[in-house]
Amino acid sequence: MATVTMTVNGKSRTGEAEGRTLLVSFLREELNLTGTHVGCDTSQCGACVVHVNGEAVKACTMFAQEADGAEVSTIEGQANADGSLNTIQQAFQDHHGLQCGFCTPGMVMSAAALLKDNPKPSEQEIRNYLQGNICRCTGYHNIVKAIMAASGQDVSAVAAE
Amino acid sequence: MPKDGGIGASTKRREDVRFLTGKGKYTDDINIHGQAYVYFLRSDVAHGTLNSVDTSAAEGMPGVVRIFTGKDFEGIGGLPCGWQVTDRHGEPMQEPAHPVLAQGKVRHVGDPIAAVVAESLEEARDAAEAIDVDITDLPAVIDMKAAVQDGAPKVHDDLTSNLCYDWGFVEDNRQAVDDAIKSAHHVTTLELKNNRLVANPMEPRVAVGDFNDATGDHTLYTTSQNPHVIRLLMGAFVLGIPEHKLRVVAPDVGGGFGTKIFHYAEEAFCTFAAKEVKRPVKWTCSRSEAFITDAHGRDHVTKIELALDAEGNFTALRTETYANMGAYLSTFAPSVPTWLHGTLMAGNYKTPLIYVNVKAVFTNTVPVDAYRGAGRPEATFQLERVIDKAAREIGMDPIELRRKNFITEFPYATPVAVEYDTGNYNATMDKLIEVADFAGFEARAEESKARGKLRGLGVNCYIEACGIAPSNLVGQLGARAGLYESATVRVNATGSISVMTGSHSHGQGHETAFPQVVADMIGIDASQVEIVHGDTANTPMGMGTYGSRSLAVGGSAMVRATEKIIAKAKKIAAHLMEASEGDIELKDGAFTVAGTDKSVAWGDVTLAAYVPHNYPLEDIEPGLEETAFYDPANFTYPSGAYSCEVEVDPDTGKVEVLAFAAADDFGNVVNPMIVEGQVHGGIAQGIGQALLENCAYDDDGQLLSGSYMDYAMPRAADLPNFIVDHSCQTPCTHNPLGVKGCGEAGAIGSPPALVNAVCDALQRAGKDVKHIDMPLSPARVWAAMNG
Ligand code: FES
Ligand code: FES
Repeated sequence: MATVTMTVNGKSRTGEAEGRTLLVSFLREELNLTGTHVGCDTSQCGACVVHVNGEAVKACTMFAQEADGAEVSTIEGQANADGSLNTIQQAFQDHHGLQCGFCTPGMVMSAAALLKDNPKPSEQEIRNYLQGNICRCTGYHNIVKAIMAASGQDVSAVAAE
Repeated sequence: MPKDGGIGASTKRREDVRFLTGKGKYTDDINIHGQAYVYFLRSDVAHGTLNSVDTSAAEGMPGVVRIFTGKDFEGIGGLPCGWQVTDRHGEPMQEPAHPVLAQGKVRHVGDPIAAVVAESLEEARDAAEAIDVDITDLPAVIDMKAAVQDGAPKVHDDLTSNLCYDWGFVEDNRQAVDDAIKSAHHVTTLELKNNRLVANPMEPRVAVGDFNDATGDHTLYTTSQNPHVIRLLMGAFVLGIPEHKLRVVAPDVGGGFGTKIFHYAEEAFCTFAAKEVKRPVKWTCSRSEAFITDAHGRDHVTKIELALDAEGNFTALRTETYANMGAYLSTFAPSVPTWLHGTLMAGNYKTPLIYVNVKAVFTNTVPVDAYRGAGRPEATFQLERVIDKAAREIGMDPIELRRKNFITEFPYATPVAVEYDTGNYNATMDKLIEVADFAGFEARAEESKARGKLRGLGVNCYIEACGIAPSNLVGQLGARAGLYESATVRVNATGSISVMTGSHSHGQGHETAFPQVVADMIGIDASQVEIVHGDTANTPMGMGTYGSRSLAVGGSAMVRATEKIIAKAKKIAAHLMEASEGDIELKDGAFTVAGTDKSVAWGDVTLAAYVPHNYPLEDIEPGLEETAFYDPANFTYPSGAYSCEVEVDPDTGKVEVLAFAAADDFGNVVNPMIVEGQVHGGIAQGIGQALLENCAYDDDGQLLSGSYMDYAMPRAADLPNFIVDHSCQTPCTHNPLGVKGCGEAGAIGSPPALVNAVCDALQRAGKDVKHIDMPLSPARVWAAMNG
């Protein structure tokens, strides 16, 4: 066991982690930030995506001890300061980009990382970028649309709502 | 135009806010003070005699609380099967025992042998490695046809064979169908497989058992689509706990698709163990474990024969299917290839004579049960594929052949025991042709050709029986449960409303759509109405969510309860306005007396009900709360026409889905946005089945596709945007909302369109390809082109 300290959503947080403790388990169990999810054990699904030092990371592929001293942001820290949904979150609600909500935290965190690097992605760029995020509910149509809308692009031509 | 927030409005989902901010409460987010963790040691062989399980070394390992084996469950009920099928000869199906932990034998990779309860999951897992299991391997039976040969190894030694049942439907039609096929002008035959799938909701299953030894109350938190069903099955048949001492909670659930309907061993184990070790016990399934424990779907091997006369009229249909049950009977497994499959074999067509034979087979594989569509995708796939093949053989356009045989008059009683109340199959086909721009296809095909690609267009129709269904009917068919739904509408003193429903939402948006209905009926804002679901402690006994039934059955119960509320509220309003009850009208949240300007607000009436100072206490009770149970008179019959446009790379066999369109008839629609989302998700799963997904075992019963490394889940880049239309609406005639259900349509209607499209592309290129089994991987398509 070692003591691990990291800045999570702007606040310094400390907890205990074994060498084998994954960042995702540390966030969920030690810090009680259960918005980050675990959907697989082969690093394929992206339900666990968080940002570590500004980069999108699958929190199931990183040990908690490796994140010692890092800046971590999770879904719990994404809303605006007044508690309202941020642009990406709001676009997901507006365009029905979620159903069961289980993949959603990872999708929102991935979308944020994408839009930071590529503020106006094409539909194909979004689809390619999401290759590490699996959603079983939506068929991706409305997720892609939400991300396009969040980037300020006109989605009225994208079929159906 | 729909009223804001009422029926027909694409109201944004209120549940999204918690999911988008990480504040959803899924079962794995629940941690109870003092909880211990369980890890299941599972069989790594498909079939073997369990000689001994020696836990002595493991018991001394750090953190171990207690280790359980099959011995601890001797004398405790096994997992029950909820549906008994009667075979062709009038005999009940063979029904094996299904112990919570293996006893005497292991029967599939993943069968639980021991359960280690420890202070942490890591310690439980470490200790499990120290358990010494002695198994003598037995030959595994994996292939269904081999499993029913004489002399095949038996999965269950106490059964006469691996044949669960041999079902004939309608058995009395058998000879007539045989004769019609023998004398037919033309018979098209197709042999095909409906590939085995894993449902893969993104949230793996979780169970947390808790026991209060001061009160004797058990609580189970579980990832379930139907907490009341779990309470009944587990309480009454497995653990012997009466309902009032057993609470089952299914909080936010991360998708189900059928696989979270069933009662699983881990739920019974955690409930049982919590009492034994006097601590809460938590199990969280890993994805790898999910692949070998969640009930699988589909897995049919079928031969279908369609007889036609010289004009192309269908004259008879015969189909023979082997359906995999896996090693044990999962909760509703026997019903899937029979009553949810055979009854749909008429499809959208007026074929007069139909005979369906299904042989359900035990194998050394994970149990197979309902997966989105459940039986109906299997029926649709074979029927719509054989029709396409027949069209090619007789040289008729596949759409024309379908139109020629469409049922056009309703109600229509099929030769397979169901009566379609409404539909308009030409209308959905016309709509499809329009929205998918069939007129521009040839130009698009030319353009593909110029790039060296083969373009194809595939079409199919579907019909499904949803809103499952009349209890007395399903009882006759072998269901050991009723299939009504319930709702309690509790109007609070100031006029807000809590609706307690037996339905369960795990992505379907009930928390948004259900209030639209109640608010519309009363004329108040939907934000005044809240849905409570998922907890047996505060909802009436209901059967849960599956089979596209929530709105058609659960919504109807809610309508009935709200009608009772309105009737009582009118009595109160009549008293307040000193008018006759028959003159009271309710509109936009106010009660008026017809022909006068007298009016009282909804809130005045609700307040009077709870503060009954000026109240007709001699006539009616105070309070405003009503419950209704709704048992439908029939199934509902959504239908539609789907098309898929693909491009095949002739060099590699790779298929790209360029366009997918769906024209559905769901009857009335409450929230179009949610309906379209349901169709999108269903289509994605159907394309997944047709193009990517395959659950494969080797001959020894090892699962080859046991993780997302090997099981190809559809990803964003595998799919196009979808064109969906639900403007053709023939309302259901027998439920008060006129709704039909939309949850499964996409998964039912899409696989044949894709396979038809690929066959079309290859045939246009001059290849004589009649069929390719799903999934249409590049290797299979290439082999078919070059075979
Ligand atoms: S849980 Fe991290 S990728 Fe699946
Ligand atoms: S919304 Fe359920 S998995 Fe994406």
